[in-house]
Amino acid sequence: MKYLCLIYSDESQWRTMPKEEMGKMSADYFAFTEGIIRSGNFIAGNPLQPTNTATTVRVRNGKLSATDGPFAETKEQLGGYYLIDAKDLNHAIQIAAKIPGSLVGSIEVRPIQEMEMPQPK
Amino acid sequence: MEVTSDGHIHELVDGIYRAESRRMLATLIRLLGDFEIAEEAMHDAFAAAIEQWEIVGVPHNPRSWLISAGRFKAIDALRRGARFDAVNSGHIEQLVAESSDPTDRMDDAVEDDQLRLVFTCCHPALAEDARIALTLREVCGLTTEEIARAYLTSPPTLAQRIVRAKGKIRDARIPYQVPSKDDLPERLDAVLHVIYLVFNEGYSASSGAALTRPDLSCEAIRLGRLVMDLLPEPEVAGLLALMLLHESRRLARTSIEGDLILLEDQDRSAWNRNLITEGVGLVERALAGGHFGSYTIQAAISAVHAEAPSAPETDWAQIVALYDLLLQAAPSPVVELNRAVAVAMRDGPVAGLALVEAILARGDLKEYHLAHAARADLCRRLGKADDAKKSYTRALYLTTQTPERRYLEKRLGELNSE
Repeated sequence: MKYLCLIYSDESQWRTMPKEEMGKMSADYFAFTEGIIRSGNFIAGNPLQPTNTATTVRVRNGKLSATDGPFAETKEQLGGYYLIDAKDLNHAIQIAAKIPGSLVGSIEVRPIQEMEMPQPK
Repeated sequence: MEVTSDGHIHELVDGIYRAESRRMLATLIRLLGDFEIAEEAMHDAFAAAIEQWEIVGVPHNPRSWLISAGRFKAIDALRRGARFDAVNSGHIEQLVAESSDPTDRMDDAVEDDQLRLVFTCCHPALAEDARIALTLREVCGLTTEEIARAYLTSPPTLAQRIVRAKGKIRDARIPYQVPSKDDLPERLDAVLHVIYLVFNEGYSASSGAALTRPDLSCEAIRLGRLVMDLLPEPEVAGLLALMLLHESRRLARTSIEGDLILLEDQDRSAWNRNLITEGVGLVERALAGGHFGSYTIQAAISAVHAEAPSAPETDWAQIVALYDLLLQAAPSPVVELNRAVAVAMRDGPVAGLALVEAILARGDLKEYHLAHAARADLCRRLGKADDAKKSYTRALYLTTQTPERRYLEKRLGELNSE
């Protein structure tokens, strides 16, 4: 079953983090990603650029509005995601717990709604 | 096969239902992978038993017969329902293939199934109130009305809570599994936490007229015994001991009028010695087990009280030492407060009061009525009447429980009349 792991943390930490710590985090993420690719659980995953690069799009009454920033101001911000394939929720939780971000932030684990959707050929 | 008369079949089936239905439900849930389907299957199976055993007689292994019947009826019903649903039919055939003869590992499977069910209902991914409701419903077999009444909510609210929990189990795919060795400590903690919450709700109702709601405490103890049977870990023994020791004092804790009687004033001859013996035995067993935790230590403290022939003979030094341990295992301001009260008993009210005031000065427990009640009591013992009155008043402001309020009002009354 597919689960989306949404990685939330306080962005301001990244700005004040010393270089070696940053380097270690990157290396940890690299190792984690390699690990779940090898185990066959990785479907997709990416870090996101910080929320100051975000734009929120809404269309109401035929009118497009594009505003600066994430859809809501929150204490922790979405920083990245992994789409994984796991046996069940326990398995997904185990995988999420190994995401380096779980040590400093929060990982939301949400099951994908299984329905017939178009897929690229 | 025996052939017996009509009345006997009904009695027999009723007896089996009362004794076994919870365990059978656990097995059917594993076999069929769904609470609702399993419950319907079980009812169908029992109905079929009443019909058919009259004619063909009682089978040698009634439980196996019932589980098989339940399973077949469920698969039939799913097939009929799935005639127009292609997605479902794959699932059904999978069910048929997966659960080939369930009667083979019947007896071991039953125990595992109950444990699986307990762990699933107490899964941390479910909201806490949902875990409690689901466990009481599916493991203990309480009706939605009984649970709603016990928790002072309406049956529809409670029913919704259970529906949502089952929905989450299904949609997020929470598996029916006993956790792996690595996950077991945390998952077991979650189970014990649910049991303890249920017990506490029964032991000291959060608001309202009666101080205790015995039925919930009994359910919690029954759950504790079940988990102890299936998984005799030290902390399980510790929690069961704690509950039994608290329960042993139930009759002595309130007066006939429903007033609160403090531990030091309780009639110890009213304590249930059987429960105490059992509780103390479990504490010793848990302590010997090595990796015990906060429930065991709390039970040990309770055991020291239980074994004191009278209040003045209480080994307060032991109790303080146990609170020191508890502060390491599960540090919290409430534990500090209870330790302070014990220190007052060992070293005198001045020492105890200093500790209580330090906690309050830090800003902790400002809204906790027992902190102010403790402060009031210690001030009263030291002759500081004004401080005592202020604290009793604050405690009164913070509690809604009628017997506790009566106790505090009485103390306040005594001081005001001096």
